[in-house]
Amino acid sequence: MLFSKGLHPTHKNSLAVNEAVTGWMFILPAVIGLSIFIYGAIIYSIGISLTDWDLFTPGKWVGLSNFKTVFRDSQFYQCLYNTLYFVVLMVPFGIMISMGMAITLNHQMRGISFFRTAFYMPSITSTIAIGMVWLWIFNPNLGILNSVLRGIGISNPPYWLESTMWAKPALIIMRLWQLCGYYMIMFLSGLQSIPVELYESADIDGASFWQKTRYITIPMLSNITFFVAIMLVIDSFSIFDAIYIMTAGSPGGSTNTMLYYIYTEAFKSYRMGYASSLAWVLFVIIFVFTVVQFAVRRKTEQTNA
Amino acid sequence: MKKIKIGNVMLNIILILISLIMIYPFIWAVTASFKTNTQLYSGNPLDLMPRPFTFQNYICAWTTLPFYRFLLNSAGLSIIVPLASVLISSLAGYSFARLRFKGRDAIFVILLGVMMIPGHITLIPNYSLMVKLGWIDKYIALIVPPIFQGSLVFNIFFMRQYLLGIPKELEEAAIIDGCTRFGIWWRIIMPNSKPAIATIAIISFKNQWNAFLWPNVVINDYLKMPIQVGLSYLKVSASNWGMLMAGTTTAIIPLIVIFLIFQRYFISSALTSGLGGK
Repeated sequence: MLFSKGLHPTHKNSLAVNEAVTGWMFILPAVIGLSIFIYGAIIYSIGISLTDWDLFTPGKWVGLSNFKTVFRDSQFYQCLYNTLYFVVLMVPFGIMISMGMAITLNHQMRGISFFRTAFYMPSITSTIAIGMVWLWIFNPNLGILNSVLRGIGISNPPYWLESTMWAKPALIIMRLWQLCGYYMIMFLSGLQSIPVELYESADIDGASFWQKTRYITIPMLSNITFFVAIMLVIDSFSIFDAIYIMTAGSPGGSTNTMLYYIYTEAFKSYRMGYASSLAWVLFVIIFVFTVVQFAVRRKTEQTNA
Repeated sequence: MKKIKIGNVMLNIILILISLIMIYPFIWAVTASFKTNTQLYSGNPLDLMPRPFTFQNYICAWTTLPFYRFLLNSAGLSIIVPLASVLISSLAGYSFARLRFKGRDAIFVILLGVMMIPGHITLIPNYSLMVKLGWIDKYIALIVPPIFQGSLVFNIFFMRQYLLGIPKELEEAAIIDGCTRFGIWWRIIMPNSKPAIATIAIISFKNQWNAFLWPNVVINDYLKMPIQVGLSYLKVSASNWGMLMAGTTTAIIPLIVIFLIFQRYFISSALTSGLGGK
């Protein structure tokens, strides 16, 4: 090493040292900031979850008792049920609607960029702002939705956000309206990468539109579908802004979700320790969900191969 | 031939129906903000035309709460935070892509792990850190912690991948000319990574404009609130729908205008960044 190559060894070493110093300097702002606000916060959060702390008086060490409380807390189970309700309905419907929108839009025609813009626009809008509009849309007496439903002959339309039965579906409708355009863009790019030859040879065999969709389009999109499913699971687990502005967990706790429960425990009841334990329990649940999705994905890939 | 035509007409009808559903809430919010409350509460909800046309809702909303401050605050944050994110992630991305030093790849992997951590885990500890630092109700709480979120790691990763695709020869010529690494980053790397910068900046801009949960817990002072938080307070203090819709319109129109101008970049950033685009 010492006397090997052309450059004078000390010169070469100083260049390498110089590069190393610069390398560190360049990553330093990111490393310091993330060490405090993410890594530090993670450790801090574990610490808080082991205490009973109201933010104003010193915390009291309680060990794992917060976690034990979580599993005896009926409100936790209610929130978990509501959150899973969102996951179970939003993920499949989100995939179907956004894929359907992408397939419909994947044609050469006039006005395509207008439609794409229109479909995509809700996904960039703030949930707080557009949630207010949907509050009016779902208003049982004055809202447009029930006016239309009455117009087509449904005399007793649901009370939507005011009914324990319909509040969750209403929120799902609103969130899907907002998110599907974003996922549609993903599917659209996937559709454009499917080789045209596949459809041409299917045409020669006389395949119908549905057959082509079933045997070419859907299988060829499976990578994107998987990706969208992962993101929709995270979206539906972390539903918060819509709950905050539209229902605040009501009626009767029927729209209280995990994240909203964590928020109220921490910032309304000032039970920082308990809220942190809930946050970790939610993290483990999301983590397990994601691992299972990857496992299922690997298995189906193997059986297909 | 005729069959195709009927199919096309059907397709267009379906597309127009979907776009009506997609756009209707926006149109309703804007038109309702100019309606009188008499019309809002007793008129036909399908009638979009304000009769008569009134600015009263805006006057009420903007005098009840300092909306001009909300807009200024959000505009400032939506410029400062993306700017800082771009600079920090581009520096780090360049270092991870090109500079060789011990432990580089290990640090990179450790940083990537951050992307698995959902924001709700760091919310409470970071809030209590703000309390300890005395940053509650200060702008700095709206700037510093939001820069260092999981999205920063994504941006670093994205920058690194992009820079790996830039030919090394560009820098080598500059090194021979005696340019410093910082000079190379500023004069060669930054101008050559404009598409990646645009992607990061646009996502970060949108996220800042729409940010709610974090600013809502760290800011209680009306004069320092960003727009979405201010709007959520209007919901409590507004006496009628007209005012609420005036506030809502104020909160969504600026971003929509920017979206319509830079639409191409928004869509390509959604595509190239995937998970980080959320």
